[in-house]
Amino acid sequence: MPHEHPHDHAAHAPIVASHAMTPYEKRASAIESLLLAKGFISAEAMRQKLEEIDAITPALGTRVVARAWVDPAFKAQLLVNAKEAIATLGIETDALTTLVALENTSTIHNVVVCTLCSCYPRALLGLPPDWYKSLNYRSRVVVGPRGVLREFGTDIPADVEVRVYDSTADMRYLVIPERPAGTEQLREAELAELVTRDSMIGVAKARTPVAV
Amino acid sequence: MEPQFQPGDRVRIRVNYPARHFRTPGYIQGKIGHVVGVHGAFRNPEALAYGGDGLPKQFLYLVRFPQSHIWNTTPAASDTLYIDIYEPWLESA
Amino acid sequence: MRHVHDRGGWPDAGPVDRAEHDYAIWEKRTDAMMRIFTRDQHLFRVDELRRAIESIPPRDYETMTYYERWITAIETLLIEKGLLTRAEIDQQVAAMAQP
Repeated sequence: MPHEHPHDHAAHAPIVASHAMTPYEKRASAIESLLLAKGFISAEAMRQKLEEIDAITPALGTRVVARAWVDPAFKAQLLVNAKEAIATLGIETDALTTLVALENTSTIHNVVVCTLCSCYPRALLGLPPDWYKSLNYRSRVVVGPRGVLREFGTDIPADVEVRVYDSTADMRYLVIPERPAGTEQLREAELAELVTRDSMIGVAKARTPVAV
Repeated sequence: MEPQFQPGDRVRIRVNYPARHFRTPGYIQGKIGHVVGVHGAFRNPEALAYGGDGLPKQFLYLVRFPQSHIWNTTPAASDTLYIDIYEPWLESA
Repeated sequence: MRHVHDRGGWPDAGPVDRAEHDYAIWEKRTDAMMRIFTRDQHLFRVDELRRAIESIPPRDYETMTYYERWITAIETLLIEKGLLTRAEIDQQVAAMAQP
């Protein structure tokens, strides 16, 4: 039910000179202003959601991968019920519908796409990169994954099976990249730093440690 | 309510391009693969897309295809595609 | 007949542009609005947002950016659900242009 706002500052989206806005940006600003003015959304809810958007980065996913690398019991649970396993790390999983962890091995390399839109495990990796949502990635990775991976600098040997997962429903897929060789001495936090966002989508492998 | 298909079943994806919202990509329609897993039952997205409650739930399957079954290219022999498909879109093959 | 959003194996697709842009504030605010409506208020579900995006005319779908499609779809749904009207959004946009 719309109500009066005694304080005008709550009724407007941030002031950006309208001549500097693109037409869609202008439209978004107009919609937000109207929604706030009519009480359909609150400034507080906007603030909270913006904080959430900025707070979630691939660092959450890297913690999951690093733990899977060092803790076989955790990895076993992760592969059976990813949400339950991740919750044991104290990571918030309510926003995830269903998560499935896909383990890359010496014989299987997984890569994920959403050909129909942009389904992505946002609760663990944050906002998806532009290329993941691009028409060209969505078109080509299902039909020629090795060519797309090569564009990312990733070559998969012919005797390794490349599995493309097309996220068409509620399942969200997180790739667990292979643990790089020569990392036996690294602590969990150092291992997490080797895990890249792209390796958790499957277009790249985890980074190898820099030789000292 | 029980799933109609089980892991190991050979299935063909139905061919249809309804005017409404649906989640079975055109490239996989008419193709033959194998059920790898049953994810469980979920509300029907084709009804949810129009404000419906999506009930009754439909079983959702993980289906695996050799890439060679899908495309007219010559992919690496062992490469595969995995995709989540709702029960009404599957038929025995 | 394939719909424009159904891109798997679409012919003549080019190289993947790996350049990433910093999200503009308006894009994040659009994402925030979508989260409020789908998660807090349950005004509409993600499935409805997808349906509204898929209803964008094909030529526009292919040329609009990601969040341009989202705000267009959000507008469609807000009008459909009776929260706002096209006329008042147009009026608000026109009012913003006033110095």
